[in-house]
Amino acid sequence: MNYEVVIGLETHVELDTKSKIFCSCGGHSAANEPNDCVCPACSGMPGMLPVMNKKVVELAVTAGLMLNCEISRYTTFDKKNYFYPDLPCAYQITQLNHPICTNGCVTVKTTQGSRDIRIKQIHMEEDAGKLVHSGKVSYVDFNRTSVPLIEIVTQPDFRSAEEVITYLTKLKSMFRSGGISECEEGAMRCDVNISVRPEGSEEFGVRTEIKNMSSFESIAKAIKYESQRHIDAIEFETEELVQETRRYDDLTGKTSAMRNKETEADYRYFPDANLMPIIIDDEWLEEIKANKPAEVDEKAEDYRLAGISEEEIEMLISNNKIAKLLDDIVAKGCNAKEGAAWILTDCAGILRKMGKTLNDLTITADDLFAITNMVEKGDVNRSAGRKILIAVIEDGADPIAFCKENGLDKKFDESAIAAVIDQAIASNPQAVEDFKSGKTKALQALFGFCMKQLKGAGDPAVIKTMLEEKLK
Amino acid sequence: MKYYAYKCDGNIAVDDTILVKDIPATAGSKILDGFKPLFSAEAVVRLENKGYKIAGKTNVGEFGLDLVGEFSHYGENDEELKGAAAELVKSGEVKAALGVDMNGSTRRAAAISGVDFLKPTYGTVSRYGVISCAASGEQLGVYADRAEGIKEIMDVIAGHDDKDGTSLRNDKYDYTLSGVKGKKVCLVKELFEKADATVQENINKAIDALKVNGAVVEEVSLDIFDTANVAWQILMTAETCNNVSRYDGVKFGYRASEYKNIDELYVNSRTEGFNFLTKAVILYGSDVLSKNRYKDCYDKSLKVRRVIADKFADIMKNYDAILTPACSKYSYKAYDIKEAFGKVFEESVFTAIANLIGTPALVTSGVQLLGKHFDESTLLGLGAVIERKGE
Repeated sequence: MNYEVVIGLETHVELDTKSKIFCSCGGHSAANEPNDCVCPACSGMPGMLPVMNKKVVELAVTAGLMLNCEISRYTTFDKKNYFYPDLPCAYQITQLNHPICTNGCVTVKTTQGSRDIRIKQIHMEEDAGKLVHSGKVSYVDFNRTSVPLIEIVTQPDFRSAEEVITYLTKLKSMFRSGGISECEEGAMRCDVNISVRPEGSEEFGVRTEIKNMSSFESIAKAIKYESQRHIDAIEFETEELVQETRRYDDLTGKTSAMRNKETEADYRYFPDANLMPIIIDDEWLEEIKANKPAEVDEKAEDYRLAGISEEEIEMLISNNKIAKLLDDIVAKGCNAKEGAAWILTDCAGILRKMGKTLNDLTITADDLFAITNMVEKGDVNRSAGRKILIAVIEDGADPIAFCKENGLDKKFDESAIAAVIDQAIASNPQAVEDFKSGKTKALQALFGFCMKQLKGAGDPAVIKTMLEEKLK
Repeated sequence: MKYYAYKCDGNIAVDDTILVKDIPATAGSKILDGFKPLFSAEAVVRLENKGYKIAGKTNVGEFGLDLVGEFSHYGENDEELKGAAAELVKSGEVKAALGVDMNGSTRRAAAISGVDFLKPTYGTVSRYGVISCAASGEQLGVYADRAEGIKEIMDVIAGHDDKDGTSLRNDKYDYTLSGVKGKKVCLVKELFEKADATVQENINKAIDALKVNGAVVEEVSLDIFDTANVAWQILMTAETCNNVSRYDGVKFGYRASEYKNIDELYVNSRTEGFNFLTKAVILYGSDVLSKNRYKDCYDKSLKVRRVIADKFADIMKNYDAILTPACSKYSYKAYDIKEAFGKVFEESVFTAIANLIGTPALVTSGVQLLGKHFDESTLLGLGAVIERKGE
């Protein structure tokens, strides 16, 4: 019999805010030592009250807009009760009754075709701290406590590990381009709900949940292992499936039971009276919409149409700053494909030599466009353009002034080039003789002479052709 | 009795449910033994900035859950139960005191000692630095011997605070004592009947004083107080259960000396650290929040809160204030803590509604006045007249 795997995902994403969700402590990424970023509020001391970080709401709404969600105009927080030493208040502030975003949808394209994944909801919550174990003693580190998270909950719409990984990859690049999260190591964590049923069946099978995985590779392996375990249980009656929470072990490549439905805690959720309901009015929503970067898919499609390679598109949509620079110079009139090459090849190359990366790029759209425009209009050739670019990036030169000062902007008519060629031939009799006797390499010496005289100006292809003509 | 949990030199007493920087704060509980706060409550800071000095931390019953403060881990009781802060104000040793009004203990203590206590409108005084139990209805309030004294302190402490997400936007509120002539006050028949003769006598004196000064007093029948009390007890126990969960022996305060693992650390620390009344509240609160009870208990109480608020607003279309007892009697005798939960529940019928719906309440001369949101001015005006009845 053929089986169908049914998967739903709960994905936690750490938000890139300067401070924690309910206090002014910096995020744990700012911490060097355990408990560096901790205050009376996020360590659960009495007397402190949570105060909402507005930026968290804005990033959650942006995520919701990107995933085509309905944005709740009235959203509230609830407390989830459980005891654990990494949870200083013994409750987590999260959203149960009125989550910030609901009913979204995202399309994933895989080798099996394209599928719409429905988003049930996105809610905001605070992260827990960490336990550090050392022999018989355990220590608590509250740096991560109250770091803002959003949890994106899908409907059980995935049918393969490939779809899951494609979805997660898409979320990652969306969130990077949206300034929502850099999704660094461990900042994106997944709970996978999985069940298996005979193909064509409408009913769901017994569901298990695999908790807290962050590497895509592990997630894919865990799904494969767990779905096979379900199929074996149904097909060969190897075991009885029960609804339970499981963990995946990277070393063994297997999942094992953590707790079942009967022993599952009652979290006694209830509204948090310390946080007033948040009202998102039209004005605020419009402001968030205006600041939201273009949809990744839409944007990728635009880039694709402009002839930009897939590899370059990937680089652009995962780096909002670079994408914006390209969009800005394109808006000024630069060809998109050329612009992408200038940024991703030329700028990146120059920065690499300086030991830097594209993230360090500080060139303004105006300066970059000034260069691409001069090249596009034929005022300077491409290698001269690159020289100007180096001067701008390395020394902060003004592109137009630099071009003039270095004589790169001369319009080279053919007579000017012809004069330099005559000069080259007159000054290099040996090279001319070698060339004429069949040593084609000798042309290079003459060409080099011309280029040197022209200080990099003039179209190299034209110079070469004219030089060959002359020597014939 | 033992008034102070910690004594310094000043003119304002602060209940031990409110933080003062570097002075131990326990909320009367062993579970917070040795806890020293890193900051002061906003109200304390504002008073100190105006030159007031803290006289010390006054003993309170554990988390303010009892009748008047009788079950403090650090206190001692006489046969007649009294509130520490109220008695200090009465004796004139301090000018005023700050207390947290959560389940009526501050108002009962004021009534018994014959001083004033104002529970202000919810959100007008910052709760930053209050050892929180029932966040949705607890409010920092003021004890003083006269309405004028309350005004003086409220003028300093009320107003918006960014550190409290429930703090309302206004920076200033008006606590000017209003005139009394022409004000309409209603006496609630059902609550009057719950009080003993001494309390009833005081209520009658208050009515006379109001009438002499030109107010109109009418008796009305109102059936909302019992329902309001049940709803508030459900919300209060649930929120308290949740808020005291952080006292687990891991981070600060009391930790049991014997434990073999984390579960035993939790269980032993909390078993030894909380008193019987707090444990009863925790159990009751966990129960009303549990999956199978939530809808019928907690959720329903939230709906009742809205219905009662509406009904109260309806009544207040016709009246400026409601006159009620603050407690059923002025003499509470020492008793066994196992009876505490029931006793407090019974007595809270007078006080709970103001916590449930966030309206102000003033206790003066052993009686209570309930008012409209933000209308402390009327309560203080009426209170001043009641206080001066014999003068």
